[in-house]
Amino acid sequence: MSQREYIRQMPGQTGATLSPGLAMRLHLDAPLLAGLMVLMLGGLAVLYSAGDESMEMVVRQCIRFGAGLTALFLLAQIPPRSYRFWAPFLYTAGLFLLVLVLVAGTEAKGAQRWLSIPGIGRFQPAEAMKLAVPAMVAWYFSERTLPPKLMDVLVALALLGIPAALIGMQPDLGTAILIAASGLVVLFMAGLSWRLIAVAVLLVVTAAPLMYFFVMHDYQRNRVDTFLNPEADPRGTGWNIIQSKTAIGSGGVDGKGWLDGTQSRLDFLPESSTDFILAVLSEEFGLVGVTLLLMVYLVIVGRGFFISWQAQDTFSRLFASSLTMTFFIYIFVNIGMVSGLLPVVGVPLPLISYGGTSIVTLLASFGMLMSIHTHRRLMSY
Amino acid sequence: MRRPLTLKDHHHEQRIFSVRLVVAVFLVLLLTLILISRMIWLQVIQHSRYTTLSDKNRVQVIAVSPPRGLITDRDGVILAENRPDFSLEIVIEQATDLDALIEDLGTMVALDDSDLERFHKRRQTARRPWEPIPMRARLTEEEIARLAVNQHRLPGIRISANPIRHYPHGDALSHVIGYVNRINSQDLEAMTLNEQRDYAGTHFYGRSGVERFYEDRLHGQVGYRQVETNARGRILRVLEEQPPIPGEDMRLRISMRVQEAANKALGDRRGAVVAIDPRDGSVLAFVSKPGFDPNLFVTGISHKDYSAYQSDPDNPLFNRALQGRYPPGSTIKPMLGLAGLDAGVTNWQRTISDPGYYQLENNPHRYRDWKRWGHGRVDMHKAVVQSCDTYFYDMGFKLGIARMHEYMTKFSLGQPTGIDLYNESRGVMPSKEWKRAYRNSAWFHGDTINASIGQGFVLATPLQLATATAITASHGKQIVPTLGGETHPVERDDIVLKNESDWEKMTEAMVAVTGPKGTARVMAVDAQYPIAAKSGTAQVFSVGQDETYNEEELAERMLDHALMVSFAPAETPAIAVAVLIENGRHGGSVAGPVARQVMDAWLLDDNGQLDVPPVFQEFLPVPTEVTP
Repeated sequence: MSQREYIRQMPGQTGATLSPGLAMRLHLDAPLLAGLMVLMLGGLAVLYSAGDESMEMVVRQCIRFGAGLTALFLLAQIPPRSYRFWAPFLYTAGLFLLVLVLVAGTEAKGAQRWLSIPGIGRFQPAEAMKLAVPAMVAWYFSERTLPPKLMDVLVALALLGIPAALIGMQPDLGTAILIAASGLVVLFMAGLSWRLIAVAVLLVVTAAPLMYFFVMHDYQRNRVDTFLNPEADPRGTGWNIIQSKTAIGSGGVDGKGWLDGTQSRLDFLPESSTDFILAVLSEEFGLVGVTLLLMVYLVIVGRGFFISWQAQDTFSRLFASSLTMTFFIYIFVNIGMVSGLLPVVGVPLPLISYGGTSIVTLLASFGMLMSIHTHRRLMSY
Repeated sequence: MRRPLTLKDHHHEQRIFSVRLVVAVFLVLLLTLILISRMIWLQVIQHSRYTTLSDKNRVQVIAVSPPRGLITDRDGVILAENRPDFSLEIVIEQATDLDALIEDLGTMVALDDSDLERFHKRRQTARRPWEPIPMRARLTEEEIARLAVNQHRLPGIRISANPIRHYPHGDALSHVIGYVNRINSQDLEAMTLNEQRDYAGTHFYGRSGVERFYEDRLHGQVGYRQVETNARGRILRVLEEQPPIPGEDMRLRISMRVQEAANKALGDRRGAVVAIDPRDGSVLAFVSKPGFDPNLFVTGISHKDYSAYQSDPDNPLFNRALQGRYPPGSTIKPMLGLAGLDAGVTNWQRTISDPGYYQLENNPHRYRDWKRWGHGRVDMHKAVVQSCDTYFYDMGFKLGIARMHEYMTKFSLGQPTGIDLYNESRGVMPSKEWKRAYRNSAWFHGDTINASIGQGFVLATPLQLATATAITASHGKQIVPTLGGETHPVERDDIVLKNESDWEKMTEAMVAVTGPKGTARVMAVDAQYPIAAKSGTAQVFSVGQDETYNEEELAERMLDHALMVSFAPAETPAIAVAVLIENGRHGGSVAGPVARQVMDAWLLDDNGQLDVPPVFQEFLPVPTEVTP
C-alpha cells in the first residue's frame, strides 16, 4: 500500500490538512526548519561582526550547525515511541555519566563539566540530560493518569531534581536551572494543580535567600551581587553588565550599523561572541533588530506549541511542549541577563551565540519535535 | 505489561493539556513583552544616556602641547631651543606586575632613587586612565636599544620622543634666560581656568629668568586631538584635530658676542657684569658668575647635583647682577656730583682744601680720605678724577640726605630698575624715613657723610649701577633696561638739570678718570674711542654667614669688592657697563679691564676698528643674497 493511499484512508480532522510533500517524506517540518535557518544565517552575520570579522569563527560555527542539522535529520527519522521506550534507559545512563563527571571529569574554568572518552573525545553529559530529563518526566506521566497526584509530583520532582543537583555540583548553575526548568514544564503541562504551584512559588521565594547564603559558590554569589548593583564595582564584576547595557542602549532604534558597533568592535564588551552576543546585535541593529529576532524566535516557539497541540499521545505532548518551552526559557534568561533584568548565568543565546555543544543539543531537540509531528499519522488514534 | 488501576481518559487529559498550553502561550507572550519593554527602556528612553557612556568609553580628547618659542640673541644666535629627548614612560594599566617591572627596568636603564620617588609622586596625582607616567628622561642610545629589544616582555613600557628645552650656552646665560622645568600642581593651581586649559598638554613651565617673565608669549596655545581608543587604550584613529598655536619666537636684545666677552673677562672670579645700550635701554650683556647649567634643571635636577650647587661657597644659584646688593662706593660720585651742582651746594669753580680727612664742626671724629695725605686743592673735576672723598663728604653734608635721596632715586638707586625679570632687588638708597622704618633709629650726620661716598647704608645691585650709568650717559633721559622689549612699570621722570652743560662737564671728568691721572687709566690704554668711567671700591663689612671657611679663605672674602662703571664712546654713548668683582680689591685695575673688553666686543668690528652697531630693531634686516 502506497503512502498516498494510506493517507486517503485516514479518518478525522488531521488527515485533511496533511500534504505528502518532500519535507514530510524526510520527516522534516518546513516552517520550523525555515525559522531555524533564518535564525542561523542571521546569527552568522552577527557572529562575523562580534568576532572581529573572523571568517574562521564563522566556519567553525557552520561546522557546528552542520553537525546539529545532521543530528536533527537523524533524530527526526526515529518515531516518538522509540523515544518514549528508550527514555528510562537514556536517563539512567545519563545519571551514571553525571556521577562519573564528578568523580573523573576534566576541569575547565573552575568547573568539572567534561568527560573524556578515549578515542571519541570530550563531551558534556549535561547536554544529553537536557533531552533525557524532559523525556523521562514525560514518560513517567504518560504511564500515569492526569492530572498528577501528589505522589507522582514528588516522584517527578526527584526525577528532575537529582540530575539538576548533580549538574549544580559541577558547578554549572545555568544548565542545572535549565534542566530543572525543562522537567518542571512537563509537570506544569501535565496539569499540576494551581494550589501546588502557589505553594512552590512561596517556597522558592523563601528559599532563595537561604540558597544565597548557604548553597551558592562565591562566584555565583558575586553574580547575584553584581546583578543587584552593577555600579558598585564598575571595573570588576559589574563591568560586563554595564558594558552590555551601554552597548544595547547606545544602539538606539535603528542601531549603529553592521560592523559599526563600537562597544564590541573596540573590545569594551566582554564575551561578545558567546553569551553577550545579543548586545552586539542590539548595538548594531537597534530595537528593530532585536524585535525581528524575537519575532523569529516566537515563530519557532509558536510552531513548537502547535506541534505539541497536534501531538497524539501524552508523552509526545508533554515532551514536545517541554522542549519548546525550554527553548524559550533559554531566550528569556539570556536576553534578560544581557539587558540587566536577570543575574548573569552562563546561558547562550540559542543558535546565535558562538560555540558550545548546546547548538547540537538544540538542533537535536528540534529533530525530536519534527519526529513527533511527522510520525503522527502513522500511529493509531 | 501491567495496566494502571485507573483508566486513562484521553479526552480529559488532552483538555487539561490544551488549557495549560494556552497558559504557556500567554506566559511566552507576556515574557516577550517584558523583554521588548526592557529593550525600549534601554534603546529608546535611555538611549542618549548610553550613547554618552559609549562615546566616553571610546573617545578621548588628548591635549597637544604647543612647541615652545625659541629664544635668540639680537643677531639670531640660538639661546634656547627644543630638542627631541627620549624618555621612558609607563602605562600602569598595562603593567601586569608593576614592582617586578620596575625592578626589571632597573637592570636595563639607570634608575636612581629620585627617579623612583618622582615616579611614585606623579602616580598619585590625578591623571587620565591609560596616561603614561614618565619614569626616566634623557635615555642614552644604548638604553633605548636595550629597552627596544626587551619591549615585548615588558608590558606597559613606552619610549616616547618629546621635545625638551635645551640651552646650548649652558652656564653662560643661566641668570638671564633662566630655565623651564616640569610643571607642577602648584603652578596649575595658581592659574585661571582658561590658563589651566592652555596647559593641559604642557609638561614644562618657565621657572626663572626670561623663560619665566615671557612664559605667556613663549608657551603658545594648546591644541586638541580627539581620538578613538579601544578598551586597552590603544589609539585607533584620530577623529578630529585642532593643531596647537606654537609659542612666539623671541629675539632678545642681548648680544651673545658681548655676553661671551663679559664671561671671558670675568673668568673664574665671582662677580657680575651688566651692559646696557643707553640709546634704548637694551641689555647687551647680563652676567653673574659663577653660573649653573640650566639643562640640569629641565627634566628635574638630581639631589646630588642640586646639593652640590647649594653647598658651593661661591653660591652659583645666586643672581648677583639682579639680586646682589653691594655698597656702590665711589662709582656713584658722578651722580652725587650732578646732584650737588644742580642743588647749588657746589659749582665747577668752587674748591676745597683736602687735608686727608673731613671733620664736622664741634666733633673730633675724622672721616678719612682714601689718600692719607689728602689731594690738596680740589674742585669738582679733580674730585671725580682722583675720587676725592673729602670733597664729597663736604658736598654731601651740605646737600643733606633728603635731597641726596631725591636725586639718587631718579638714577634708579633704591628703586627697581624695571627690567623684564622677576625678583629684582631694589637695593637701598637711605633716607631719614627709611632708617626710622627699617633700623628704628634716628638719622645722624655721620650717616649722611658715609652715604656721600656710596658707603654706609647705600646698597645697589650691579644692574642698578649699570642703569644709573646709562642714565648719566644719556644726559638724564630715563632708561629702563630690557631684555625682550617689555618692562615692569616704573615711575621715574627724566632728569632735567638747571644747567644742561653739567652733563658734558661731568662726562669730561669721567673721561679724565681713564686719562693719565685718573684712577682707571689702565682700562683706556690704546682705546680707539674715549671712555667715561668711574671706579669704586666697596668695603666688605660683614663676613659671609657661613662660619665654616678656613682662615685663609675668610681673609680672601674680607677683601674689598672692585667696582667700575663706564660708558663709551663718551660723546655719543652706545654702551654703559657696570662691573663688580667680589673681593677684587681695586676697581680701576681689576674691574676696569673687564669693562674695557666688554666695550670692545660691542664697539669694535672683527678687525678691531670702531664700528658702533645700530640701535636694536624689532625686525632683522633681510639678508641680501650672496652668490657664491
